[in-house]
Amino acid sequence: MTALAVENVWKYYGDFPALRGIHFEAARGACVALLGRNGAGKTTLLRILAGLSKPSRGAVRVLGQDCLSEEARRGTGMLGHGIGIYDELSAYENLRLFAALYGLPDAHRAAMEWLERTGLERVRDGLVREFSRGMRQRLAVARAFLHSPALLLLDEPFTALDDRAIALLQGLLRESLAAGATIVMSTHQLREALELATHVALIVKGKLAHAGERTAAMVDDPGYLYREYGEA
Amino acid sequence: MLYFRQVWTIAAKDLRSELRTKEALNASLSFALVILLLFSFAFDPTAEMTREISGGLLWLVFAFAGALLLNRSFARELENDCLDVLVTSPVPASALLLGKVLANWVLLLGIEAVCLPVFGVFYNADWARQPWWLALVMLLATWGVTVIGTMFSALTVNLRLRELMLPMLVYPMLIPCLMAAMQLTTALVAGQAPEGDQLAWLRMLAGFDIIFTALSVALVETVLIG
Amino acid sequence: MREKILYILGALAALLLARNIWVMLTGLPDEAFQGAIFRIIFFHVPAAFTCFLGFFVALIASISYLKTGRMQWDSLAVSATETGLAFGAANLVSGMIWARIIWGIWWTWDWRLTSMLVCWLLYAGYLVLRRAVEEPAQRARLSAVLSILSFTVVPFVFFSIKWFRTQHPQPVLYGEGKMDAGYRAMLYGNWVPLLMIAAVLVAVRMQQERRMRELDALRREAHAF
Repeated sequence: MTALAVENVWKYYGDFPALRGIHFEAARGACVALLGRNGAGKTTLLRILAGLSKPSRGAVRVLGQDCLSEEARRGTGMLGHGIGIYDELSAYENLRLFAALYGLPDAHRAAMEWLERTGLERVRDGLVREFSRGMRQRLAVARAFLHSPALLLLDEPFTALDDRAIALLQGLLRESLAAGATIVMSTHQLREALELATHVALIVKGKLAHAGERTAAMVDDPGYLYREYGEA
Repeated sequence: MLYFRQVWTIAAKDLRSELRTKEALNASLSFALVILLLFSFAFDPTAEMTREISGGLLWLVFAFAGALLLNRSFARELENDCLDVLVTSPVPASALLLGKVLANWVLLLGIEAVCLPVFGVFYNADWARQPWWLALVMLLATWGVTVIGTMFSALTVNLRLRELMLPMLVYPMLIPCLMAAMQLTTALVAGQAPEGDQLAWLRMLAGFDIIFTALSVALVETVLIG
Repeated sequence: MREKILYILGALAALLLARNIWVMLTGLPDEAFQGAIFRIIFFHVPAAFTCFLGFFVALIASISYLKTGRMQWDSLAVSATETGLAFGAANLVSGMIWARIIWGIWWTWDWRLTSMLVCWLLYAGYLVLRRAVEEPAQRARLSAVLSILSFTVVPFVFFSIKWFRTQHPQPVLYGEGKMDAGYRAMLYGNWVPLLMIAAVLVAVRMQQERRMRELDALRREAHAF
């Protein structure tokens, strides 16, 4: 079964269609770069994939389960615009909390392991409120990968990351892909994204203008797709 | 069993966060104490008057203080987009709600527990003559207030003017619960054990709690997931 | 076609009302205790019935919206609620007029009037909530939930205020005794034109909602692309 199946998804805001008949599939180990201008519908689609929003029509299946089901949620990790960690809790408490919410058998071990992997073990008891921006970003990344999700959803992850965090994230993404996870990443940073991507999906005015494998042409000239579909 | 553990995890997180910063707790408690003291000062009620108004005064104080606390309940999740992370996690929306209701319940009960002795001192009232019944009424009525308040906090979380709207929406809904609490508390503070009419109020309070807890649990997912 | 029906309905309602008022003024004798003003009851009580019928229709519409997601149900919910509020206000105002003339006071905490006031505030909150939400589907969803919660609390409001009142005796707005058969016929009889007016108001309001939805969709499309 495919890791991710987006089946003819429509999303209406009132009578206005923000997404129109989005239909594509992604296999395990695939990394889909979701491209499109602001307002095209990328964030709307990602929110639906994350189970934050219900499609008006159509369905989304993650590893065969509907994306709103508990099983699908257990296997989904998300890195959105906000970092999604609590300022008043310590780094350790944050990871411990999310490990518990995702039902990990040994929450303590998982939290400690990811504190080390993101280089935060020395500040484990520091309140996030006092962290530098880079540290918060790394903790957010830890939170997203903590439960070894089969599906990773990233909304413009490279924006506002510092170098260290970008390197960390790219390393983790490569590792997850090698382990068979599926990634859907919306981005404006074409170069970083296209390095990792195996597939590319372009959304134009709510419709899927192009969905296919990443080609050499795209890597050499990232703007090529936009021009092809009249968006430049 | 997993469900209750999830409810507890959420409740513990909220309690830990609030007890660490104490922002809402301080605001709420100060407000409650100020009203109690100001009222005593302004009206200087006689023993007779105090006996008549004790329930009404106490529950007005608790309701106003509660509103300050409950507003923060879901609003605190908006910083750093934590609400999205919670909704996307495998924790069901109803467990999220119940966890928050539980945390708010404990916090509001704490505030009430501080207000009662203060009331006793400044109004010269011997309020603990029916301690077990009083405790039962506090537990039930506070649950009613927190269930409605937390549910409405979820309902209004993404709206501007949330702070103004929440009290406006919540108070009419709470009138039956508050009336029952006021009636029962007045009688209990005066030392009368509940009987006849009073028991009917108690039953209504329990019914209110059960029905609105069930409704909120059923509807919260619709509210949180667009 | 639809507009013609509404006009006819409105005209019929006006005729019926005129006929009823004529009967009230000439056919029924002055109530022994309350005088000519007693006739206000024939508007006061049916207005309350219409108000709660409106809230009930809003409940059904809200549940239907949540089940089907079709915006027409949301339009019905808001139209029925607004119409209900209008008739609720009529009930409150007629009650106040009556109290002023009979008792010399503008307001009395009679349990029925008090309950109506609380319910009115409850549903006024529904309109306030709607105003605070921009996006139509979100607005429909949140107000549907509020409508369900509000209607559930209505019986609690009535019971708690009634019990409160019986424990604290207060002036009663009008007698608790059963009314004469003739009066009761007029009471229900006058409900019919009020219901017709309510139906016309709801239909007109729904039409307005439909147009606003179209405009909103066009505006979003224009701004998005």
